[in-house]
Amino acid sequence: MNNLSFGNLLRRPEAGAFLGLIAVLVFFVIFGSTKFLEPAGAASWLNVAANLGIVALPIGLLMIAGELDISIGAMIPAGSMMVAVLSGHYDLPIWVGMLGSLFLGLGVGLINGILVVRTAVPSLIVTLGTLFAVQGLLLGFSVLVTGTTSVALTADPLAKFIFGQFVGGSFQVIILWWFAIIALFIFFVHYSPYGNWIFAMGGDKVSARNAGIPTTRLTIILFVLSATSASFVGMCQAILFNSAQVSGGMTFIFNSIISVVVGGVLLTGGFGSVIGIFFGTITFAIVNQGIYFTTFDRNWSSLIIGIMLLLAVLMNNTFRNMALAYRPKKK
Amino acid sequence: MITPILELRNVDKSFGPIDVLHDISLKVHAGEVLCLLGDNGAGKSTLIKTMAGVFKPSSGELLMDGKPVEFRGPRDAQEAGISTVHQFGGTFPLMSIGRSFFIGVEPTKGFGPFKVYDRKKANEIAVKAVQEFGITRIDDGDRLIGGLSGGERQSLAIARAVHFGARVLILDEPTAALGVKEAAHVLRIVLEARRRGLAVIFITHQVTHAMTVGDHFAVLIRGAVAADFRKGERSREEITDLMAGGEAMAELEAEIEGHLAAQHNPPAA
Ligand SMILES: Nc1ncnc2c1ncn2[C@@H]1O[C@H](COP(=O)(O)OP(=O)(O)OP(=O)(O)O)[C@@H](O)[C@H]1O
Ligand SMILES: [Mg+2]
Repeated sequence: MNNLSFGNLLRRPEAGAFLGLIAVLVFFVIFGSTKFLEPAGAASWLNVAANLGIVALPIGLLMIAGELDISIGAMIPAGSMMVAVLSGHYDLPIWVGMLGSLFLGLGVGLINGILVVRTAVPSLIVTLGTLFAVQGLLLGFSVLVTGTTSVALTADPLAKFIFGQFVGGSFQVIILWWFAIIALFIFFVHYSPYGNWIFAMGGDKVSARNAGIPTTRLTIILFVLSATSASFVGMCQAILFNSAQVSGGMTFIFNSIISVVVGGVLLTGGFGSVIGIFFGTITFAIVNQGIYFTTFDRNWSSLIIGIMLLLAVLMNNTFRNMALAYRPKKK
Repeated sequence: MITPILELRNVDKSFGPIDVLHDISLKVHAGEVLCLLGDNGAGKSTLIKTMAGVFKPSSGELLMDGKPVEFRGPRDAQEAGISTVHQFGGTFPLMSIGRSFFIGVEPTKGFGPFKVYDRKKANEIAVKAVQEFGITRIDDGDRLIGGLSGGERQSLAIARAVHFGARVLILDEPTAALGVKEAAHVLRIVLEARRRGLAVIFITHQVTHAMTVGDHFAVLIRGAVAADFRKGERSREEITDLMAGGEAMAELEAEIEGHLAAQHNPPAA
């Protein structure tokens, strides 16, 4: 078994993402400095990566399963506001506010999932609807209840320690959560038998159902996972920054999709990997933050991200075709 | 009288206002091949999907070994020993041979919450199962389905169904899109399955294929059983006519030939 040969590595979904990451690193070391690899610099992109990554993972799984969820753009501020309103405005214990955030995610995820499996409307449209609906509700209710669009929150020390501290002065504790979640995802997607079901669903939903896979239940679970992850990230941000705003989740929609696609997940489903999504997220965050370590104007980072996305997709197509054409050599 | 493995009694199936199957009664016996014949749109795929748990009959009942059964989904049917190769799909181009072979019934190793997918075992069994059916070109379970030929994919799907289908094997047009050699191969698989004592339901549009393997024939015309007979009870011509939806094929062919002849010898102007 020569599972570690170069050819085998190239045929994996994360091959393109890995090479992209190396290219981006080289680029910023040449045009910027190695400062962004030192702790203070690394914190800036790791913080971005962790917040984005926790949402990008379930978005990636949905995409592998052939679905999409853009309502996360509203779920991040909704998760923030929920904990801030319950525990800040109303002074309830922090745990109540946190449960509120997570249950909100659960509820919206259930609505998304059930609408998608019941109506056969494409999930892009369904979640576009819930994106605006949740945003409207959020704005309406927060003005109605608190009179403002931003709410202060003081979390107790334990909650702060677990969900919203800066480790070593500049690393958000959510980075550790991200690593733990990655480990869980790797186990479920690539080692447990359930991962197989998600790939099958994205490959051919009707055949997957005919093969006895509970596609309806699995689809709903994936939507619950993405909405809850988004409200979790929002919740952690509110605890970290001691306040919550109704706006500020929209950039996550495009950024998570870019991370996932750069990470080698096939937009039409059936192909991808958790490690790929991890590489994609890191790559995105480095480009997003690395620009500050160069002499370039910050605006150029969008150009780099655009080019990187196109290159990544082309590269991923090539590697996927290599994987399809793969035949073992005669021994 | 032996109890049939699978029996349908007065099964109707409609999709909303569209009635697709009318009052279907059929018996399927172990060690026999039932050929399901009929025109495009006659309802063959719908019929086998109600046996495979994909659709629930609108009325009527399904019996296994003489006892009424109700399938809540394809999984129930699979567990009862009915395994199906559907007309379209059934294969996942970007999945490996091993993984797609065991889709939904993945072998695992380890214990408790740490059960992990056993790739080595899956690949070994999958490769062995296809090779048993003569496709010896497939020797690595890590290869992706999308890299196989249509015939290889079809053989893989059938090998999978035979591997898991303990009792009833349903094949919906398994020889469509296959070359002569591959088609002959599928027919050999069908006969092998029958020899092992499975009940086989075989759908085809090809008279020769039907006559080669069929013990028992049922013809659907517009969703109803128009004829139900055993091998040798009808001539090849009669079967052909029935498959064309009851029209006399011989007449139709004569008409076409006449038409062609007229074109080749245009009347002198
Ligand atoms: N899910 C569905 N909803 C509505 N109508 C359907 C559905 N599935 C099948 N039909 C209709 O039922 C009829 C029978 O279809 P079916 O696929 O069973 O035919 P078939 O005998 O398998 O044909 P072919 O030889 O072309 O495969 C067709 O008229 C089809 O339009
Ligand atoms: Mg059909």
